[in-house]
Amino acid sequence: MSTAASTKSYGLNDDSQESHDQSKDFLTIIIADQRFGIPILQVQDVLGDQTVNNIPLAPPEVAGSLNLRGRVVTAIDVRCRLGIEPQAAEESSGMSVVVEHGNELYSLIIDRVGDVLSLKDDAFENNPPTLDAVWREISGGIFRLEGELLVVLDVPRLLNTVHS
Amino acid sequence: MDDLIGEFLTETNEFLDSLDQDVLGLEQNPNDKELLGNIFRLVHTIKGTCGFLGLPRLETVAHRAENVLGRFRDGDLEVIPEYVTLILESLDTIKFIVGAIEETGSEPEGSDDELIAKLDAVYEGTNSAAGGGESAAPAAPVEEAAPAEPEESIPGMATEAELEAAFAAAEVLPVEPVEPAEESVAAEEPQEVEAAPPPPPSETKEEPKAEAVKKEPPMTTQTLRVNVDVLEDLMTMVSEMVLTRNQLLQILRTETESEFAAPLQRLNHVVSELQEGVMKTRMQPIGNAWSKLPRIIRDLSMELNKKIELEMRGQDTELDRQVLELIKDPLTHMVRNSGDHGIEMPEDRVAAGKPEMGNVVLEAFHEGGHIIIRITDDGKGLPLDKIKAKIVSNGLATEEELAEMSTQQIQQYIFHAGLSTAEAVTSVSGRGVGMDVVRTNIEKIGGSIELKSTEGKGSTFTIKIPLTLAIVSALIVESAGQRFAIPQLSVRELVMASEHGDNKIETIRGTPVLRLRDRLLPLVSLDELLKLQREGSSVIDLATKAEELESEKESVVAAQPSEESEGSNENLEAGENPEDEANQEEASTGGNKQPLQNQYIVVTETGAYDFGIIVDRVYDTEEIVVKPVPKILRDIELFSGNTILGDGSVIMILDPNGVVRATGELDAADATDAAAEDHVAQTSSSQQKTSLLLFKIGDGAPKAVPLSLVARLENVKTTDIEHSSGQMMVQYRGGLMPLVPFDSSVQINEEDQEKPVLVFSDKDRSMGLIVDEIIDITEEYIDVQLTSTQSGLLGSAIINEAATDVVDVMHFLSATHDDWFKDHGDEAYGGENGHGKKRVLLVDDSPFFRNMLAPLLGIAGYDVTSLESARDALKMCDDGVKFDVIISDIEMPDMDGFEFVEKVRSDSDWQNTPMVALTSHATPQDIDRGIQAGFSKYVAKFDKDTLLSTLAQTLIEQPAQQEGEQQ
Repeated sequence: MSTAASTKSYGLNDDSQESHDQSKDFLTIIIADQRFGIPILQVQDVLGDQTVNNIPLAPPEVAGSLNLRGRVVTAIDVRCRLGIEPQAAEESSGMSVVVEHGNELYSLIIDRVGDVLSLKDDAFENNPPTLDAVWREISGGIFRLEGELLVVLDVPRLLNTVHS
Repeated sequence: MDDLIGEFLTETNEFLDSLDQDVLGLEQNPNDKELLGNIFRLVHTIKGTCGFLGLPRLETVAHRAENVLGRFRDGDLEVIPEYVTLILESLDTIKFIVGAIEETGSEPEGSDDELIAKLDAVYEGTNSAAGGGESAAPAAPVEEAAPAEPEESIPGMATEAELEAAFAAAEVLPVEPVEPAEESVAAEEPQEVEAAPPPPPSETKEEPKAEAVKKEPPMTTQTLRVNVDVLEDLMTMVSEMVLTRNQLLQILRTETESEFAAPLQRLNHVVSELQEGVMKTRMQPIGNAWSKLPRIIRDLSMELNKKIELEMRGQDTELDRQVLELIKDPLTHMVRNSGDHGIEMPEDRVAAGKPEMGNVVLEAFHEGGHIIIRITDDGKGLPLDKIKAKIVSNGLATEEELAEMSTQQIQQYIFHAGLSTAEAVTSVSGRGVGMDVVRTNIEKIGGSIELKSTEGKGSTFTIKIPLTLAIVSALIVESAGQRFAIPQLSVRELVMASEHGDNKIETIRGTPVLRLRDRLLPLVSLDELLKLQREGSSVIDLATKAEELESEKESVVAAQPSEESEGSNENLEAGENPEDEANQEEASTGGNKQPLQNQYIVVTETGAYDFGIIVDRVYDTEEIVVKPVPKILRDIELFSGNTILGDGSVIMILDPNGVVRATGELDAADATDAAAEDHVAQTSSSQQKTSLLLFKIGDGAPKAVPLSLVARLENVKTTDIEHSSGQMMVQYRGGLMPLVPFDSSVQINEEDQEKPVLVFSDKDRSMGLIVDEIIDITEEYIDVQLTSTQSGLLGSAIINEAATDVVDVMHFLSATHDDWFKDHGDEAYGGENGHGKKRVLLVDDSPFFRNMLAPLLGIAGYDVTSLESARDALKMCDDGVKFDVIISDIEMPDMDGFEFVEKVRSDSDWQNTPMVALTSHATPQDIDRGIQAGFSKYVAKFDKDTLLSTLAQTLIEQPAQQEGEQQ
């Protein structure tokens, strides 16, 4: 549980909005043309295509488990979690972002990884109340970028809501 | 005590090393409060511990030094070098004494009066900045140089100091926490001063004697404190190494001749030893976590004026250090709870007919790769009403919801946050650590906690902790192309099944079973259990196959070789008739191309029962590193963890107990049944032979029906069968008898053919069951081993060494005559009084009779509960379950019917419940004895008419009787 501090989700905290000029670094990822951001401090690793071993009876969003330097990492299919159609096999890059949650490692399978962005707090907005319920659950808020919006991926919430 | 001293010495030596440094640092930095606080604390610890251990000399020195340090800390005394010297001097003395204890086992002779005097002088402030300090400083070397005989070097000089010391002791010591040892020191010293001031060593006089007796080798075992992180890292690396070794060994196996063979073998051994060694550094006996408990219980009993005895079993059970740390607090809390909330006051206990001394039992043991810790008390149990009230007042559930819950469910609420059943917060409980925290902590390490409690009798908490981080040996198996690990601990044997060998997998309506040394072993197919997708359609999982077989039966009916040959699935179905054998030849020749022709069965042992897991391939036993299942998968109870194999792939570890829970077709009673019968070889129940009629339907397993239920056997011409309102009939003995084919596979051709019919008859009604072939009549022990979910079958048993389905006659009877059982003068019960069904408890050790009678009574409109032993029944009685009538077998193992009825009649809630005895031989003497013991009625087994009418009659009589009793 030592990671509790580092996994503290960004954007959920009201205080952080009020403090201006503060900026946070996010690793941006793209899933089905939507840009998401994961607080950079939560990211342990970015992986290319990996051999994922199937876990029988697991919830559909659990893609399986893989071996990352001797640690067992549970792979989560973020597309599935978000209710997006799976990618065609030939399109899939198999890239994933490894995060730690509750002393366990999870790899979030996404479409591709973008840049690391430093985002100012005054560009932050809370979730629109009309957002899709599933997305609202995993979104820690929205950043207005130029020309597009970035959804903050609330990793603890994303993982806590996966149930078998 | 020796252990304690040893530990103390190790610890003190460590302290002293750091103290020297700290004191020197303090000299440099006199205002460093933190450092000072640290020094003070260490010296205080030494003082406290040796007071406790009865080391007066050491204690006195440490105490005086602490006094001085205390003044430093409070800021009344400036830290000047000469004082620092004094402190260092004290430390040297402490070191010297500690060294002597290490060598001899007790404090050395001698006195530290001079030093003490100096320390006291500083403490009292009589020794102003320079005065005594100068004279004291030179004295220090003397102390250090010849500490062995300090008392001789200063015979008379010490008088004044001695007195002061005595006063100081008298003044200060009583203020300290009163430890017996300290008191004696305090009492001793002033006496010495008065009586003979110059020779002070008298205070250690007793010690030398002891010293002379035991001149033991140095007491400290060489230990080294290692940071836990270092151990963790080591463990991870060893795990990796084990995996790499496994990989190497795997490669080696494929190479027949390799020069690496010998060094790899060697490496293998070394790694194994290394692994063992590192594991050992992490393992600690659970007793370590328990060491504080006797004291806690003792204090608790003193404080609450209760009499509590703590019994501890299995202290040596070893546990991973990490796990141990995590369960320490929950355990302490729970034991304290048992003493505080569980055990009653002695007078209450006596009033409740219990011994005055309450008993708390703590035990630990290994079971199937888990560690089980059980805390049992014989106290008052959980107060259900109070819990209910608490639940409602805390808004956790409503009264209505509670009313629907079982006792067990309500009890579980104590694991909810904010539910303490203690009425008042005592100093021992109610301090914020609730059972919810206990459960959270246990679940954090992947464990579980169960609670069983009977009000008035006590509670049992069972904590089950899986091996979270450990290396275990496991069998690697494959099913549908995926590999799994099964802990070797639970694997009993491996059986290869093939249709030609001795071990054939037989099926009973799709349920695979294996005959293993004259027992039926239930089987589960791993791919089916885990819903694995097979590649290609060559192999069909058992469920689909069962359906297929069924449809085959329906469409093809009589064996038609040409149509069946395409199925490769035949290799699982045991061919029963010669016609089929040919098919099988065909199927298997085709099957030879398939790798799955032979299947492996991993015979697995669990707490509940044994079963076989059907897998496609068995690899090897490997040492695997158990890694906990990620939290999001913890709901899948089939897995106890995962691991990384030599080739780097991650596989799941199967939990056999989880498999039992997941398949759980057999209820607990049946499971214990099977287990009990396993051990108590053929108990009385199964020793009763029953005459059975064996017959056959199609090519399925033989069927059996108790002969006593069959009125006649007839051969009916198929041309004689008439149809009327969709029902087959035959004219029989001047009336119409309904006919029922056993199932749809029974072929009724229009041609002139005779079919055997089993006639069941009751009064003026009869019905015929059409079967394919009557095989035999046999006398056998019936031991229904697998219950069936199929209507018309009770289950399966081994009869004449073949898996045989036992037929549920009642099913067919009620199919033809809905009112079959309604014509027995038993209309008095049921609907009439509007109270719904009457509840009947059926106690019979023989599963066969239970299975036979329960449906019979059920059809007759009773709500039946069947139990296998009188003990279970009494337990149910204790749980407050009520019945309208009890039917009990007489011949039962453990507690027979007579004993049972006496128990019920003498003292229980069921005192007034009528009881009917059931027996297979009802002699007049037996009946007399039964009535005397308290049975209301006596009925012979299989006499269902009498049983039903007796029940009805008893129930009519009863209310009147009860009313009479109440007046």
